[in-house]
Order: sequence, then structure tokens, then C-alpha cells
Amino acid sequence: MNERQPAGSDFLRWGKRLLWANMIFSFLFLYLPIVILVAFSFNDSKLGARWVGFTTQWYVSMAQSEAILTAMENSLIVALASTIIATILGTMTAMAMERFRFPFQRTYDGILYLPVIIPDIVMAISLLAFFSLLLGGVNNLLGLEGNAALRPGLVTVIIAHVAFNISFVAIVVRTSLGELDPGLEEAAQDLGANEWTTFRRVTLPLIMPGILGGALLAFTLSLDDFVITFFTTGPGGTTLPIEVFGRIRRAISPEINAISTAMLLVSMILVIVSQLVQRRTAALSSNSVQETQ
Amino acid sequence: MAATFDVELRTVTKHFGSFTAVKDVSLGIRQGEFFSLLGPSGCGKTTNLRMIAGFELPTSGSILLGGKDVSQLPPFKRNVNTVFQNYALFPHLSVSDNVAFGLEMKGIDKAEIAKRVKETLEMVRLPDSGKKKPNQLSGGQRQRIALARAIVNRPQVLLLDEPLGALDLKLRKAMQLELKELQRQLAITFVFVTHDQEEALVMSDRIGVMDHGVLRQVGTPAAIYDRPADRFVADFIGDTNFLPCRVVDHRNGTAHVQVAGLTMSASSDQTLTDNSSAYLAIRPEKVQLYGPDTPHNPNEERFAGVIVETVFMGTDTRYVVELAEDIQIVVRQQNRNIASTRFALGQTVDVGWETVFARVLVS
Repeated sequence: MNERQPAGSDFLRWGKRLLWANMIFSFLFLYLPIVILVAFSFNDSKLGARWVGFTTQWYVSMAQSEAILTAMENSLIVALASTIIATILGTMTAMAMERFRFPFQRTYDGILYLPVIIPDIVMAISLLAFFSLLLGGVNNLLGLEGNAALRPGLVTVIIAHVAFNISFVAIVVRTSLGELDPGLEEAAQDLGANEWTTFRRVTLPLIMPGILGGALLAFTLSLDDFVITFFTTGPGGTTLPIEVFGRIRRAISPEINAISTAMLLVSMILVIVSQLVQRRTAALSSNSVQETQ
Repeated sequence: MAATFDVELRTVTKHFGSFTAVKDVSLGIRQGEFFSLLGPSGCGKTTNLRMIAGFELPTSGSILLGGKDVSQLPPFKRNVNTVFQNYALFPHLSVSDNVAFGLEMKGIDKAEIAKRVKETLEMVRLPDSGKKKPNQLSGGQRQRIALARAIVNRPQVLLLDEPLGALDLKLRKAMQLELKELQRQLAITFVFVTHDQEEALVMSDRIGVMDHGVLRQVGTPAAIYDRPADRFVADFIGDTNFLPCRVVDHRNGTAHVQVAGLTMSASSDQTLTDNSSAYLAIRPEKVQLYGPDTPHNPNEERFAGVIVETVFMGTDTRYVVELAEDIQIVVRQQNRNIASTRFALGQTVDVGWETVFARVLVS
């Protein structure tokens, strides 16, 4: 039977094998470091270069560390506050861009994408300059000195995170607004709903998946951010990535592995939630018509 | 003063930038009338409808509903409802909630809403669909729900924007009759936009024919079909023979014209000038074919010709008869009996028509 196979089947078989190999290598490349990180977070050794035995002590000491818990709390405060503010402002921006025509709209459109494109470090330095100018000016104006002077901290970090998150939220929400049939809003008005009721009863529920998607993205970006936070934070404004960075500079401790694994878990949960939200949206807008005619 | 018209457009013009979508349209639609706006795509019929609904504001002129000027009112302050071409059902709401939407906006109490929604779903013959989502319905069912969502509000005027356009032919024919029956039951004024001339003829009490933003003619289906006001209307609705001619003389709406040396009589509502060129329009089914030695009907004019083409089409046969060089006329004869099919290719025949059906059209 073998000799009856078409010419080139050897080639095809090798092609298939190479494809498999490529896939395995890619996965290893992407996930091996993460697997090692997770594994070593359970390693019963202070040095962490060699597997000694299973332990959960690093998670225990993580949970008992005042500094880590504070950093976690700060991270959550920053992520929640900046997500809520950025989601509201970003959604409003998206509505304005999609539904109205105003002067310099194209310019504004371009500027909206800027925080997405420009390097974090540029954004960070510009925010740092902005805050020192602003806080310095306010301190001067009110004559605040020493301990009374306004300093960068959690509030400046939140403002900085809002600044880049607005763009991400606006872009995601605009996409779902663009996919929304404007005829639906007309239908609501035709049935007696004024502009506000139309927004509340028709537009908002239909773009809600987009808003939630944008909010989840903002939350993840805020939780992960290091560079911009590093430049805009101050005393009492240490977030988890900043805390991890500070510890790494002193020594690589297995606690860091535990913290990282915890952050990984949170990120994965967020991704799964956003996937579920998107799947619900897809189910809502699908045209699974049951033909009965 | 009592309102004479349910819907009235007074010299309405609508510009979109430099494009004129609707040009100086004046129109009155009576209470309880089934009125169709008919025309090819881009003729302004949908813009007219959207201005009545309030989605577009006229550039100039005014729109009256029940004698009241509503030109500048937003859609939610007008007592009209629309059945949209793509149905525009709210995908996140159940069928019942879709139908209840308008009543909720009016602040009607829940028990009353439930009762009326149930009645209306029965009226459109989908009583068990209330809990479904729109995407679980077929195209025909969605169309009925869109209709239910509009009529449940008992609007003063119902606007329909090509509501049957997305349905297949058989379903469309059934829905045409159903819609007409529904309109008779509800006694609501219907303004129906369509590009399908047959649909307009079947359903309407009156038709307004539009082209390039201009309202060309308003009249009953029979009036528009038998006495088209201009060449566009004659061409757009049904089939018509256009014979190029020269006006010889005219008086009181009757004219004599020369078609390649043949003198023919015809009627006209247009302003004619002697010796100017025009077209003589005659519908294929108004033309009668005669063999030799058939007695003459005094209301008719007859001309001799040769059959150059015959096509058997089931209910009738389509002949092309050459009256003179380059002057051909299409004739449709019903296949009523064996004798109807006696005309053969190359045969010399007489064609005749009652002069009232021949129209002289300048433009």
C-alpha cells in the first residue's frame, strides 16, 4: 500500500512534524519561565536555584508581611479607583467621538490614541514633570512647607493611571458603539423614549459588554503597571509591582515568586471573566435564526 | 378649523450638504388612508418618511400631523410609529418587552400593558413568542413583531419603511394582504414606502410617485397606471410602449400626433406645443390584435403591421408588431381561447386601441 501513496507524502509528513515541533517550542518559550516561577514558589529553599521540597511557607510569610499586604491594598485601590473613573470618562469620550461632530474632532481622535502608542517611559516622565510643576505651584501658592506640603502619592498614581486608561476604555467602547445599529436608538425614540431614556434602556445595555471589556482591560493594565507608577508615586503610594521591584534589588527571595504567582492568578481570572463577557455578547448578537417558514 | 389631513407636507425641501434629497414636496394624506410613496432607490421617499417620523428635520417647509405643525419636534414627541426596514428590534429585550416598550414610555400601568401586548401578539398571529429573543425568530416573524411593536401604541399615523423588502416573494405576497387587512381593522393612516410598483398598486388607496426628490404624481393606483402624468411615471409603473412622435394639433386634452407618417389620437394632461416632439405612450395590454376582416370598433384607431416576434408566456402571449420602419410596438394578448394563439410570426395584422389609453408625454 505504501508505494501507492502520492508523491511528496514524505515531505508532507515531515512538514507536519516540524509544525508540531514549532508549536511545542513556542509554548515552552512562552510558558516555561512561568511554570518555573510557579513551581519555585512552592520550593522549600531560600536560594531557589535547586528543588528541595514542597512548602507553602512563602505564601504564609507573604500573607504575614505588612509591607506586601499594604502594597496589595494600594494596588487594588489604585486599580479600582482608576478603572471606575477611566471607564466613566472613557465611555463618555467614546460617545462624543461616535455620536457628535465637533471642530478638531480628527485631531482629538489622534490625540486619544497617543497614550496607547507612546512609550511608557515618556508618559511617565511627562506625568512626573506635570505633577512636580502642579504640586510645587500649589505648595507655593498656599505656602505649604515641610510635612504640610502636598507630595506625590496614591492620588497622583491614580490620576496617572486614569490618564492612560481613558484611551484604552474609549477605544474599546467605541468599537462596540460602532457595531451598534443606530436604527435601534431611532426605534427607541420613535417609541417615545427621550435621549436619556434611549441611552439608559437601549444604548447602555447594548454597549455594556464593551464597557465591561474596557474596564477589565483598564483594571489589568493598572494592576500591572510599573513604569508610570514608579515615576508618579511617593511616600505611602507603594503598589505591588513597586514593592516587588524594591525587594528584588535587595535579594531574590522566594516570597517574590509567591507574590508573582498570586498576581498571575488574578490576571488569569480577569482574562477568563473578560472572555466570558465577550462570549455572552457574541451569543446576544448572533443571528441564529430558527427558520420556521 | 378641523384638520383636513392626517399628514400634510407643505413645500418641504431637504438638503444633505449640497445634495437635495427632497425638493419642494407638498402632499396631503387623509385619515385612515393607505398611502404609498413609490420610487426608485435614492428618490427621496425614505427621507420624506424620516422627516414625518422626526429623524430628519426639513431644510425648509413644514410638516403637519393632524393639522398641528410638528416640523421641529423630536421623534419622541410625535404621535407616529415606524416599522423599520431592518425591523430594529431590541436584541437585548424579549419579544414582549420589545412590544411593551412604547406603552412603558407612555407610563401605562403594568397590567394594562400586559393585556395590550397579549392582544397585539395575537393580532399578528404570534401569541406564544413573548418570551423569545428577537434572534430566535425567523425573518417573517421579526417583521410581525416589528409591526406589533408599532401598532400596540395605536399611533395617529403608522410609517412603514419597505417593511416587506427582506422577505421572500411568497411570504411578501401573503404579508401584503395581511397588512392591508390590518390597516382596515385598525383604521390607522398608513404611509408605506416601497420601490416595488406592484406592491404599491396592490396595497394602496393612493400612491405618490417620487423621482430625484420630486413628487411626480399623486393618485389612485388606477389613475396612476392608466393616466401617468409624465414619462417617468409611465416608465416606472408597469410596461409601456413609447413611440417617438410629433404633435400635430391639440385641444382640450386631446391631441393628434404623427408617428412615422401615421396620424394617431391621444390624450394628455401636459402642456403641448404644436410641431414639438413628444412620445406616445400605450400599455401593451391595452393594444388589441386583429386579423383581417374583423369589424371595426368606433372608439378605436387601427394600424396595420407585421408580427416580428412572439413569446408565449403562459397566461398571455407577447407580440412585437412593426408598424413602420423602426416603429415597433409590444402587444400582450391574453390566451383566453385557441383563437388567441392564431397570430404567427410574419403575419400581417391590425393593431388597435381605445384612444383614451394613448397618452402624449412631452417629458
